[in-house]
Amino acid sequence: MSEAPLQAQPAAHKSESRLVRFALIGLAFSFLALFLFLPLAAVFHEAFRRGLDVYLAGLTEPDALSAIRLTLLVAAIAVPVNVVVGIAAAWAIARYQFFGRNVLVSLVDLPFSVSPVIAGLVYVLMFGAQGYFGPWLRANDIEIMFALPGIVLATLFVTFPFVARELIPHMEAIGSMDEEAALTLGASPWRMFWTISLPNVKWSLLYGVLLCNARAMGEFGAVAVVSGRIRGLTATMPLHIEILYNEYNGAAAFAVASLLAGLALVTLAAKTFLEWRYADSIAASRHS
Amino acid sequence: MSAATQKRRWREHNILPGFGLSLGVLLTALTLIVLAPLAALVLRAASAGPAEIYAIATSPRTLAALRLSFGAAFIAALVNAVFGLLIAWVLVRYSFPGRRLIDAAVDLPFALPTAVAGIALAAVWAPNGSLGALAAGLGWKVAYTPLGVMIALVFVSLPFVVRSVQPVLQEASADVEEAAALLGASRLRTVFCVILPGIAPALLTGATLAFARAVGEYGSVIFIAGNVPMVSEIAPLLIVIKLEQFDYAGAAVVGMLMLLISLTLLLLVNALQAWSRRRLGYV
Amino acid sequence: MTQPVRLLSWSRLIDLAAFVAAMAFILFATLGAHAQQTLLNVSYDPTRELYRDINSAFAAHWKLKSGQSVTIRQSHGGSGAQARAVIDGISADVVTLALAGDIDAIAQRTPLLPKDWQARLPNNSAPYTSTIVFLVRKGNPKGVKDWGDLVKPGLAIITPNPKTSGGARWNYLAAWAWAKRAYGDESKVRAYIAGVLANVPVLDTGARGATTTFAQRGLGDVFLSWENEAFLALEEFGADKFEIVVPSLSILAEPPVAIIDGNVDKKGTRAVAQAYLEFLYTPAAQKIIAKRHYRPRFPQHADQADIALLPKLDLVTIDGEFGGWEKAQKEHFAEGGTFDQLYKPAR
Repeated sequence: MSEAPLQAQPAAHKSESRLVRFALIGLAFSFLALFLFLPLAAVFHEAFRRGLDVYLAGLTEPDALSAIRLTLLVAAIAVPVNVVVGIAAAWAIARYQFFGRNVLVSLVDLPFSVSPVIAGLVYVLMFGAQGYFGPWLRANDIEIMFALPGIVLATLFVTFPFVARELIPHMEAIGSMDEEAALTLGASPWRMFWTISLPNVKWSLLYGVLLCNARAMGEFGAVAVVSGRIRGLTATMPLHIEILYNEYNGAAAFAVASLLAGLALVTLAAKTFLEWRYADSIAASRHS
Repeated sequence: MSAATQKRRWREHNILPGFGLSLGVLLTALTLIVLAPLAALVLRAASAGPAEIYAIATSPRTLAALRLSFGAAFIAALVNAVFGLLIAWVLVRYSFPGRRLIDAAVDLPFALPTAVAGIALAAVWAPNGSLGALAAGLGWKVAYTPLGVMIALVFVSLPFVVRSVQPVLQEASADVEEAAALLGASRLRTVFCVILPGIAPALLTGATLAFARAVGEYGSVIFIAGNVPMVSEIAPLLIVIKLEQFDYAGAAVVGMLMLLISLTLLLLVNALQAWSRRRLGYV
Repeated sequence: MTQPVRLLSWSRLIDLAAFVAAMAFILFATLGAHAQQTLLNVSYDPTRELYRDINSAFAAHWKLKSGQSVTIRQSHGGSGAQARAVIDGISADVVTLALAGDIDAIAQRTPLLPKDWQARLPNNSAPYTSTIVFLVRKGNPKGVKDWGDLVKPGLAIITPNPKTSGGARWNYLAAWAWAKRAYGDESKVRAYIAGVLANVPVLDTGARGATTTFAQRGLGDVFLSWENEAFLALEEFGADKFEIVVPSLSILAEPPVAIIDGNVDKKGTRAVAQAYLEFLYTPAAQKIIAKRHYRPRFPQHADQADIALLPKLDLVTIDGEFGGWEKAQKEHFAEGGTFDQLYKPAR
C-alpha cells in the first residue's frame, strides 16, 4: 500500500498541457502568496521596520521577558501532561478492543471541534468566583482563574488531542507482535514498554509533541478568557502581543509576534524533517 | 485487526498488560480536563430554563452571530475546497522548483499562533496595508467587514483540505486514468469523471474539518473583523461579550449551541470517514 | 527491526525530557522568588500611559515613606469587562474604572467592597475627571462641529461598545444630554440617538481598540473619544493627521477608584493600597494626571501649560442629568435598555 508516489513526468496523454500546468501552478502559488506568505512577511517587516534596536528593546523589556517565561512555563507543564495522557490514550485505544472504544476516540478528538473561547468559558463557569467551585476555592485560598493554573488548564483543554492523535494510528499500524514476543520471553511489563512500545513510536510521539507545543505556546482564545491580562504576570506571549498592539506599540507587538512566527517556522522545519525521516512508518500507519 | 468481538466480556481478551492503568489515566484526564468542564457548561446553560434558552438562541443578535460564523466558515471551507484541491493536485502531480517548500508551508496556519495571524492579516488588509490599499483601489473593503472574517477563516483552515486530499491523490492508481485515456476520454473528462469521484470523500472530509475549525476560530478574527453586532460579530466573540456583560447564562447558551453544532459536525466527519473507508479502503 | 541512522536516539529523547523538566523547575523556582509587596490595579482602557507614570512615581514615593519596594501590576480592558474580571475573582487590590456604575456592579454582585465605597475617598472617589470630545481627520473634511452633525447621512462614527466600554457609555449619555436640550421631546431624542448609531460601522469592545480602528486603521470620519485619548492620538500619530473638535456641551466623566477590601485584607496589602489611592490626590500625581491630559481635581498643582490645553465647555453631570449611574445603567445599557432598543434596527 505504501509504494512511493510516482515522481517521474507522466506521459502526455494522461497529463495536462504545459500551458495548463503552468497556469495551475501559478494559481496555487498566488493563492498561497496572498494568504500565507504575505501575512508572514508582514510580521517580520513590521517587526524590523524601525530598526534592530527597537526590535531588541521590545523583546528584552521586563514584561516581554515575563510573558516569554510564562509561555515557556505553560508549555513545560502542558506538553508533558499531554505526553503521559496521550501515551495512555494510545495504549488503551490501539491495543485493546472494548466496549465504548469508538466513543472514547471521538471524545479524545472532541477539543478539536470546540471553539477555544468555549474552552476558556467552561473554566470560568467552573472556577470563576461566580462559578460552581468559586466560593470553595476562595475559602481555601486556591487561585485558579486569572492565575497560572487556569491558563494551564485552558491550554491542556485545547491541546488534549494532539499527542494521542499521532500515536493511535501509528501504534495500531505497528501491531502488538513485538510486545507479545517480549512478554513471552519474560520481559516485565515496564521493560516491554520502555524498550519496545515507546521506541517503536518515538517519531510519531515527537511529531505529536511538536504540534502540541506549537499550539500550547500560541493559544490565544482560551487563554484570553481565563487570564485577566495582568501585564508581567498572567499575560502569555500571544496576550502580550495583544496588549502591546493596544498600546500603539506596534513595533514591540510585532517583535514578540516575530518570535512566535519564528517558533512556527522551526516547528514546520522540524515537522518536515520528521515526515521525511519516518515517511515509511507514518505512511503505513495513515493509509492502511 | 480481528473484529470478532466476544459478547460475554466488555473487552476482548488480550495478554498485553496495562489496560487498567492506561484507561484509568485517560479517563481521569478526559473527565477532569474536558468532560467535567463541558458538563458545567451544559448545566449552566440548562439552568436558564427552556423559555430563556429559546429567547437567547433566537434573539436576532445570536442568530446573526451564528449565521456569520457558520456562513463565513462555510464559504471559507468552499474556497479551501477549491484551492486546497488545486494545491494538493499541483503538489502531487507536478514537479517544479520550490515544491517541497510549498508542501511544508501549507502547514503554516497549524503552527502560527492565531493572534500573530490576526495582527498580520490586519496589517496587510487594513485600508493602509499593502493588500488593503489595493483592494480599496478596487472599491473593496476587507478589514472590519464580513469579508475580513472570511479571509481570516480561509487562513486558519487552509491546511485541512490539502492534507486530506494529498495522500489519496498520491495513491490513486494511474491505471484507471490511463484506461480512460486509452478509451478515448478527453483529459478534462478523465479528471471530472474518473479522478474527482475517487477523491470526493477525502475532499468532503477535509472541507468538513476546515469548516469545524473555522466556526470556532477567535484569535485571528477579532483583529480583522471590526466586531459590529449583527454585521461582523462572530459567535465566539458574542460569547466573550456576553461574559463581559455578566451574562453568564447567555454566554453558556450560545456556547452550548456552538458545541451542539460542532458535535454534530464531528459525528458527520466520523461517519464520512467510516463510510469512505468501507467503500474505498482508505482515507 | 533495523534502526535507521540514529540522529536522535531514544536515550537522547529522555535526556531532552529531563532537561525540559529541569528548566520547568528552575522557572517555577524563580517565579516563587518574587516575594515583595505587589499591588494589582485593574483599570480601564485609556489609562495605560497614565498609570505607567503614576506607578513609577508611587513606587519611589512609597520607598521613601516606608522603605518597602512595591511593584504595581496593571490589567487594562473595557471598563465593564474589567469589572467582570473582578467579579469573577481576579485578585485586584484596587480598581480604577471608567465609571461608578462598574464598581457598583462589583459591590452588588460580590461582598468584596461595601455599597457606599464611593464616599470613602474625596471628590466622589474620582481623583481626576475627563470629558468626551470629537476627534476628526485634519481639516475636518466632513465639517463636524457639534452633536447635531453626527446624524448626517454618510458620516461614519467610531465609538466603542457601551456594553463593555465605559467611555462609550459616557459618549452615549453626552449625546443624549445634548439631544434632550436640543429637541426636548423624548421621541425626538430617541430618533436622534438611533440616527447616530446608524452611522456607527464598528463597535470595538474597549476605547483603545476604537482609537486603533480610527487612527491606525483609518476607519471613520469622527471618533467620539475620551479627551485624554484624543490628545494621546494627536501625540502618538501626529498632530498633522487629526484635530480635536470641542462640542457645545459634553458630560463630566468621573472615573472613580476604589480599594477591593476583600482582596487587600486577604493579601495583607491594605496599607499600601490605601496609600496608592491617596497618592492620586497629591500634587505630584495631579501633575502627572494633567500631563496625561486628564482633568486634575486640583489644577493648581499641575503645569499651567497642561491645563491651558484643556478646552472650557459646558459639562453636565451624571447625577444632575440622569439621576446617578444606577438609574442610567438600568435605563440605557441593561439588557433591553434604550441602547438595545435603538441599536437593533441599525444593520
